[in-house]
Amino acid sequence: MSDTVFTPWDDPGQEPLIQFKNVTKRFGDFTAIDNLTQDIYAKEFFALLGPSGCGKTTMMRMLGGFETPTEGQILIAGQDMSNVPPNKRAVNMMFQSYALFPHLSIFENIAFGLKREGKSKPEIEERVSEMLRLTRLEKFARRKPHQISGGQRQRVALARSLAKAPKLLLLDEPLGALDKKLRQDTQFELMDIQEKTGTTFVIVTHDQEEAMTVASRVAVMDEGRIVQVATPADIYEKPNSVYVADFIGDVNIIEGHATRAGDGYDITFALGAPKLHAKTSTDLGPEGKCALAIRPEKVSISAKKPAKAVNAVEGEIIDIAYLGNISTYHVQLAGGQMVKGQAANTQRLERRQFTWEDRVWLSWTDTAAVVLEG
Amino acid sequence: MRRFALIAVPYLWLLVLFLVPFIIVLKISLSDIALAIPPYTPTLDLSAGWEGLRAFFAALDLENFWFLTTDDLYWKAYLSSLQIAALSTLLALLVGYPIAYGMAQAPDEWRPTLMMLVILPFWTSFLIRVYSWMGILSKEGFLNQFLLWTGLVSEPLEILNTNTAVYIGIVYTYLPFMILPIYAALEKLDSALLEAAEDLGCSRITAFWLITVPLSKSGIIAGCFLVFIPALGEFVIPALLGGSDTLMIGKVLWEEFFSNRDWPVASAVAVILLMILIVPIILFQRNEQKQREAEGP
Ligand SMILES: Nc1ncnc2c1ncn2[C@@H]1O[C@H](COP(=O)(O)OP(=O)(O)OP(=O)(O)O)[C@@H](O)[C@H]1O
Ligand SMILES: [Mg+2]
Repeated sequence: MSDTVFTPWDDPGQEPLIQFKNVTKRFGDFTAIDNLTQDIYAKEFFALLGPSGCGKTTMMRMLGGFETPTEGQILIAGQDMSNVPPNKRAVNMMFQSYALFPHLSIFENIAFGLKREGKSKPEIEERVSEMLRLTRLEKFARRKPHQISGGQRQRVALARSLAKAPKLLLLDEPLGALDKKLRQDTQFELMDIQEKTGTTFVIVTHDQEEAMTVASRVAVMDEGRIVQVATPADIYEKPNSVYVADFIGDVNIIEGHATRAGDGYDITFALGAPKLHAKTSTDLGPEGKCALAIRPEKVSISAKKPAKAVNAVEGEIIDIAYLGNISTYHVQLAGGQMVKGQAANTQRLERRQFTWEDRVWLSWTDTAAVVLEG
Repeated sequence: MRRFALIAVPYLWLLVLFLVPFIIVLKISLSDIALAIPPYTPTLDLSAGWEGLRAFFAALDLENFWFLTTDDLYWKAYLSSLQIAALSTLLALLVGYPIAYGMAQAPDEWRPTLMMLVILPFWTSFLIRVYSWMGILSKEGFLNQFLLWTGLVSEPLEILNTNTAVYIGIVYTYLPFMILPIYAALEKLDSALLEAAEDLGCSRITAFWLITVPLSKSGIIAGCFLVFIPALGEFVIPALLGGSDTLMIGKVLWEEFFSNRDWPVASAVAVILLMILIVPIILFQRNEQKQREAEGP
């Protein structure tokens, strides 16, 4: 990473590369994108995250020029794109369905865009070989798309979209079919390409870890709207809604009633249960319904009530998920509320400290939980 | 056993409906003309025993095939048939491809209707349809009346009984055989491929040439064979719509059989025609085979 932090979205002087201005897209009477306004800056690695059918592909297709917005405007580099066909945009897209040309070899697929640019033969060959090397497909250059595996096809689609070195690259679930190792390698390759070429990436992914690893900013979408856009760390640590908190990573949601206390709120969530306290800058007024979002890794688990913990609740272990380096304990509180806590597995499995039906204490600090409107 | 039966049925079918008639025709083509019923010798007489069989085979010869080379009518007729069939195929492709393309682009709910319209002519007799073309193309026919009425021509056009009418007839008759396989290929085409091509810098038209045409190639080839093969041996259309100078082997064949009652020569003509057709038929089969392989399991 460079020493100056890359945050063009905080700089009002920066001209965004992509501007969605009140964009709505309807298919018949179904609204796929709902009045969306969003800026994306040059050299960003912008990740779109959201459940299936929330409109990620539709957003990409509008950027690529394959769908026109029903309402609103899309600007790329300040230019209104409404009448610019896909072949006239400095944008390349990797399709979710790959869309490889079945009658062309892998080599010809990757060379396709370069040939259209009228590049010379040696230039094309060099660039294609580079792409083949990058995606580790050298051995398959002569094959046809139906003669390679699903993961290899995905890499061909990626290589084909990268080959032209466009200013803006749209990747629709580029790595979904790859195994973990190859996916991580490719992620780093993408970041490397991004750093070297300054290409702006918009990437759709179902894999949060991937979004967290590669993205400069993550946008969480729901039903055609962007719910939150923030850096990966902020999305994780400061979700702005229960939806985002729940969507990203594992989380405990405790719904309750908040009353202002000190620099935060006291929360009562069940009859007879102890009050919880959370520091926050969120303003819910003097009191109101709220939801607490607490990451399991911030919840410690102990046999006795910890002496100094601000928040401590007692419950019974219902389930244990062993994840190798850590275990997640599912603990049921007196009122029936389930809370997950995590502990590192420093001991071997047979000497584990807690087991099913043990009564344990869960505790967390007053800054561990995020207070959200309920 | 079931498997064997499954394979046996089509082969039995081929044997009875193709191979046996072919052997009969081949045998006649090797015989000599005779004033008898049937009008050729020898005929197989099993009652004469072994000796009779020997005499039978001894009487067969290639004389009729030799005869075909002595009169230039025959090879000219073959050549002209090839030419008419090839040109008709090309015309059918030029007309059929845009229709198939339009059908494949049409909204889903329209496709069955369009398909119906293409197949609809098959529901009336082929002969009636060819006769109605006579009504359209003749000197006083609808086409000429219309052209005279619009003032495009001052004299009625001479279309009926020319090769033009034959082309019109063949293209009209076999057009569905061209449209359907091309449509089948175009319908399968994933529109994302065209988007990808455009994304990579193609205009709509280049995308059409680089993606749509190659991917409908198997349909084009199938359609061309399905038109070319029957058109080559076509008899009814040249007989009804063609003129005296329209030379097609189907017509020659018919005349040898029914006017001259020279069954052996007619059979020889048919055998040669079959030989000529075997080449495109084998190529057609290979195209289908390749297509199946390309689509994979
Ligand atoms: N051409 C279309 N006609 C009608 N509805 C469409 C069309 N394209 C997309 N939709 C609808 O728009 C919504 C958003 O689709 P989109 O493809 O953008 O989802 P997505 O977020 O990419 O989902 P996934 O993660 O499953 O790929 C879906 O409900 C989909 O059914
Ligand atoms: Mg999608």
